[in-house]
Amino acid sequence: MGSVGLEAYLTVGAILFVCGVVCMATKRNAIGVLMGVELVLNGANINFVAFSRFTPLGLDGQSFALFVVVLAAAEAAVALAIALNFYNNHTTIDVDRGNELHG
Amino acid sequence: MIEQLLFWVFAILTCGAAVAVVATQNVVRMAFWLIVSLGSVSALFFLLHADFLGAAQLLIYVGGTVVLLVFGVMLTASGPSVLIKTSPAEAFVGAGVGLLLLCVLLFSVTSVEWNDIESRLPTRNASPAVVDSRRSASAEVGVVDAAGSPELGAAAKSQAALMARTQAGRTVRQLGLGFLGLRPDRDLRSDGTRNSPANGNLASGYLLPFEIVSIHLLVVLVGAAYLARAKRRAAVGSSADL
Repeated sequence: MGSVGLEAYLTVGAILFVCGVVCMATKRNAIGVLMGVELVLNGANINFVAFSRFTPLGLDGQSFALFVVVLAAAEAAVALAIALNFYNNHTTIDVDRGNELHG
Repeated sequence: MIEQLLFWVFAILTCGAAVAVVATQNVVRMAFWLIVSLGSVSALFFLLHADFLGAAQLLIYVGGTVVLLVFGVMLTASGPSVLIKTSPAEAFVGAGVGLLLLCVLLFSVTSVEWNDIESRLPTRNASPAVVDSRRSASAEVGVVDAAGSPELGAAAKSQAALMARTQAGRTVRQLGLGFLGLRPDRDLRSDGTRNSPANGNLASGYLLPFEIVSIHLLVVLVGAAYLARAKRRAAVGSSADL
């Protein structure tokens, strides 16, 4: 039996990506939407690192994945601050209630 | 063979936990399944020979981002909190699993020959590039024998050397040098030629993105702290006060 190939890792990345997109689209809790975003970014990271390992991409894939991890953490912080403000203003975290533009 | 087994275990964990994140209705359980999924992704990174990235994934995602998400869940909880008690059966199972983990750790600690580390370190007088090219030359012979093709250009040899070095899993130094702007994996080749400013084809590193991301992190954290500062919560039905 051969060792694990590139397509297997790409499949895992694709499944993570799809789960993240479905989570973003269907969850009503704003924190749930943020978890979907994290899943999407991790799916992309697996793609990056798999290509870094199996093709001559080399260290560029891992550097990109590191940047993605750092930027995702920063974005999660800001998104949570926005979600907290939304909760403080509306006393609910349901994204379906955010349908008015004035505060 | 063990790599296949480990891959399948962690791949199924990752995908199963991701599906569970989508399927669960309770947001706290979603956070738990997200922890499982991200930890398994970190294990997949280690299987892909990205050791620094795997450790960084565990530190930043599991140790930081998910904790932040759980804070957010707790701060925006709408229902009354429920009293949680651990049943004796669950405590027993938890203690059993903890004992098993302790046995695994003790076994791995006692079965390694710690005194033989000295002989496996690279020699101090040789420069890292020479030592790496010597090691990668032997790995490259293995690659040539496996591929069986008689004509390997210089580019293919350098790619084989690069992959041999990356396959060793020691990516911390090369990643760090890349973030400082130096790319020895592109600039130094095993056949002795190298890029230089005189040649004009020095590979660019990641110094500028590194600095940009550092400033970005600072700005984002200050901004998030300001955005999420404690304010008076708007009470429902008190619009007459405004």
